[in-house]
Amino acid sequence: MCGMNALTKHATRIAVSANGLRKAYGEKVVLDGVDLSIGEGEVFALLGPNGAGKTTTVQILSTLIPPDAGTTSVLGHDLRGEAGAVRAVIGVTGQFSAVDNWLTGEENLLLMGRLLHLPAAERRARAAWLLERFDLVEAARRTPATYSGGMKRRLDIAMTLMGRPRLIFLDEPTAGLDPRSRNTMWQLIRDLVAEGVTILLTTQYLEEADQLAGRIAVLDRGRIVAEGTPDELKRRIPGAHIRLRFADAASLDAAAAALPEGTREDEELVLRVPNEGGIRSLRDVLARLGDGVAVEDLSIHTPDLDDVFFALTGHPSKEESQ
Amino acid sequence: MTALTIAAQDSTTMLGRELKHTLRFPLLLIGSILAPVVFLLLFVYILGGPIGGGLGDAARGAPYVDFLVPGILMMTVAAGSGTTAITVCTDMTGGIIDRFRTMAITRGAVLTGHVGGSVLRTLVTTAVITGVALLAGFRPRASVVDWFAVTGLVAAFSFALAWLSVALGLVAKTVAGANSATLPIQFLLPFLSSAFVPAASMPAGVRWFTAHQPFTPVVECLRALLTGAPAGHTGYLALAWCAAIALAGYLWARAAFRRGTR
Repeated sequence: MCGMNALTKHATRIAVSANGLRKAYGEKVVLDGVDLSIGEGEVFALLGPNGAGKTTTVQILSTLIPPDAGTTSVLGHDLRGEAGAVRAVIGVTGQFSAVDNWLTGEENLLLMGRLLHLPAAERRARAAWLLERFDLVEAARRTPATYSGGMKRRLDIAMTLMGRPRLIFLDEPTAGLDPRSRNTMWQLIRDLVAEGVTILLTTQYLEEADQLAGRIAVLDRGRIVAEGTPDELKRRIPGAHIRLRFADAASLDAAAAALPEGTREDEELVLRVPNEGGIRSLRDVLARLGDGVAVEDLSIHTPDLDDVFFALTGHPSKEESQ
Repeated sequence: MTALTIAAQDSTTMLGRELKHTLRFPLLLIGSILAPVVFLLLFVYILGGPIGGGLGDAARGAPYVDFLVPGILMMTVAAGSGTTAITVCTDMTGGIIDRFRTMAITRGAVLTGHVGGSVLRTLVTTAVITGVALLAGFRPRASVVDWFAVTGLVAAFSFALAWLSVALGLVAKTVAGANSATLPIQFLLPFLSSAFVPAASMPAGVRWFTAHQPFTPVVECLRALLTGAPAGHTGYLALAWCAAIALAGYLWARAAFRRGTR
């Protein structure tokens, strides 16, 4: 009975479509009319600060909670009447570890296999393959209590993949991970994309959305304030720059003459020089500045979520939490 | 596969998960064995003398331990409710329940698994307590049929309290809160029943409560079966209470589970 799903269902071009999603908890409006359209095979990122409504959107689209208003369909199934059919084709990895802490890693995967009604042989084969793929073979017979944050997250995603979902929700997949585990997770997500899975990912990090997503929607206070490819969005944001501070006006003048593309801030004795090329462009700026000009302070500024928000909404992202 | 066989399969999977939890953490069992054993030994060896002497007709000429053990057995069933509420609440406050809810699993299979696990755990703990009671001098006069009836009533009472504990575990905000919520079931109701002393020996107000609360017919019936005395109508009353508690607990649990994520 399993495995037939993919064959019997006709291919749909739209993986997720949502119109006018609203959700409020008492007085607090969490989603205020969200529209989304995600194509099959696409990686779509919902970018926003804490409290923007990212998790609520994922909870609604993954059948966990009903919206107050709005229509949604996932892979051709209406969420309202066909929640069971939706559940059969999605996989969800939430912010909070969704593993059974009292079972071993392998038992967790086999439990998923049983709940998906996979035949015993397929269950074992798939669990073994996922343990191998997610570098968990050594840890297979231990409980997740002994795992690192990155390992737990990998097991979490492996459990999601036991069912071969066509659409995967990743709610802040790298929150709380160290940089190395984060890079591993990014690679895993890229591999999934290469296999043609549709992914809806939420993140607070512009860099993460930029690295992984083909399209980004910026969510602010329950509304989508901007949507587009990473490049389209970045064009709307003040660019990366190098901030140079000098001891006196003479040094600033000399530097401004050497780097005419820079923007002066006279009262702070600061020169901002665009820096789109990373280290190479930094080297170039320093070379053109020469040894004669004394730089008191240098900092490199890359656009982050705050810049996105300030550019798109006119208020910083932190304001939300007050 | 029909919806019913899938439901049975999912519930069995969840039951298997519960049993694995119990095997991995025997503390789940030991926790609900320890308290009844302590009470058994306390009442048999320390408090039992004067209490037994004062029992009069209620003891039917048998030692106090024979009067006490059916009450301890009932208390053992009740002690399991703490473990059940704790394991349910642990599930609900962890991330795993959201995973289950987003999978195409029979709704409520996770709860059925908890109830089944709870009943099986209780059958084990009551068997252990019966063994300890025999060592402490308990001499039942039950026939084989009586023993089957005792097992059946223990299972029915355990099933009823399991649904109630599942509901308590679902509505509790924290694991500690889940345990506290079951304390009246674990201690207050057994003590305010005829488990330790007959209802007739209690003060008037308490006596009325004791005579009419569900734990009393259960312990009276167990006592009648184990001492080979006629159970009278207490058996039907006990089963009716079990059915009522199970139904109320089930409806409450179902509503609480449907209320969704927190």
